Amino acid sequence: MPDLGKYAAEILTAYGASAILLGGIVWASVARAARLRRRLDELEGRGRG
Amino acid sequence: MRDVFLRDLRLAVRAGGGFGLALAFFLIVTVLVPLAVGPRADLLAAIAPGILWVGALLSSLLSLDRIFALDLEDGSLDLLATSPLPLEGLVAAKAAAHWVTTGLPLTLAAPLFGLLLGLPGEGQPWLVATLALGTPALSMIGAFGAALTVGLRRGGLLLSLLVLPLYMPTLIFGAEAVRRGAEGLSVATPVLMLAGITAGVVALIPFAAAAAIRVNLR
Amino acid sequence: MSLWEYANPAKFMATSRRPMQALGAAAAVALAVGLVWGFFFTPDDYRQGATVKIIYLHVPSALMAINGWLMMLVASLIWLIRRHHVSALAARAAAPVGMTMTLVALVTGAVWGSPMWGTWWAWDPRLTSFLILFLFYLGYIALWEAIEDPDTAADLTSVLCLVGSVFAVLSRYAVLFWNQGLHQGASLSLDAEENVADVFYFPLLVCIAGFVMLFVALVLLRTRTEVRARRLHVLTMRRRMSA
Repeated sequence: MPDLGKYAAEILTAYGASAILLGGIVWASVARAARLRRRLDELEGRGRG
Repeated sequence: MRDVFLRDLRLAVRAGGGFGLALAFFLIVTVLVPLAVGPRADLLAAIAPGILWVGALLSSLLSLDRIFALDLEDGSLDLLATSPLPLEGLVAAKAAAHWVTTGLPLTLAAPLFGLLLGLPGEGQPWLVATLALGTPALSMIGAFGAALTVGLRRGGLLLSLLVLPLYMPTLIFGAEAVRRGAEGLSVATPVLMLAGITAGVVALIPFAAAAAIRVNLR
Repeated sequence: MSLWEYANPAKFMATSRRPMQALGAAAAVALAVGLVWGFFFTPDDYRQGATVKIIYLHVPSALMAINGWLMMLVASLIWLIRRHHVSALAARAAAPVGMTMTLVALVTGAVWGSPMWGTWWAWDPRLTSFLILFLFYLGYIALWEAIEDPDTAADLTSVLCLVGSVFAVLSRYAVLFWNQGLHQGASLSLDAEENVADVFYFPLLVCIAGFVMLFVALVLLRTRTEVRARRLHVLTMRRRMSA
């Protein structure tokens, strides 16, 4: 851990908030992709069988 | 085109004070703000240009959703779209009618409201001038927003969300010109910019709005 | 063989999978390298102290916030002119990513501003323009969500994107003018390229590359999802019709 001096709180907040936001959009995108893919597979699998 | 314009005017008047509603709303806003921020005359005079412009923005927003929605419901929009009048002309005529029922009365009555808020006398002519220059742009941009949301059942709130960001340049230059006028500074730049925006909007937005209506009628 | 072949959804789905995975992995690596480098191995700025480390998040996200809108504009134009569905879906897919980038830029900027300018928020031209950009993203996404018919939605949002772009640029210059009218010559802006020394510059470049790749990978992923969603919708409809 580097010495962040008196601004440690601000820097960690900035990194934390960005991680939450970017992680949020990545997670939402991946989750929706997986959900739709599953549902599409189900539907198409049933259609063929 | 003139017939559409006159028809819209008549409808607005018959629907119950098309002229009065926007004005009454404007009056209420000008009364609410002093009640909210306190009766300090210097403070009110300083924020008067901003309040008056925001009030003009909001009251022009009020009747936007009616520009096309009523005509879509009773089917006359389809008829108008198949008429020889180009859709661009229709949009322009309807926006003009909207302006006559909202922007024009606001512009004429604005000095009175300026007086209520203690706007310095030097600002008054600029208030009228910028409203006269700016409100046509508001009506035209509003017609574009109305054209986008005409097919939606709950379009009202969405319409405000779409239209208000588009109002920002007009608001900034309009209010800035009044503020500078009130402080006795030169107003040439904001007034010219405001006029430029209005000219551009009036010339180009009808095409965008007509395109949106065509999509919605498809 | 032309570029337009990728506008075929089936072709797009087949071709975009590997690049998406590769870009996603590369973005993760670049972000890890850039941020760790920036966070642990760069000195403090003599004026800003350690807060200079926020630059590695702030500048790339701000860059992608604007480029995201530009990409939507290009995709909307392609949809309006050539009617390629993938293009319209890509524009739709990019909007939430761009909005997140705008939010990251705003939040990191506010956090940096609190010790440096002594305030979380100032009505500085840049800050204000970004807030306005955020509102434009919001309206664009709301319009997509509100319209049922996918082609109508694609058309109307494209028109909104076009008109919105013009007004976004107008707002940018209006805001510049408005603020100069208030505070003569007082600039709070941080101009990164001007005064950044090499020690900060190289990790920053890596971070920018990481953000660009992250954006592209996310847009590809979301576009693929939209293509699947469209297909799912059609299949469900067909099933309902035949049932």
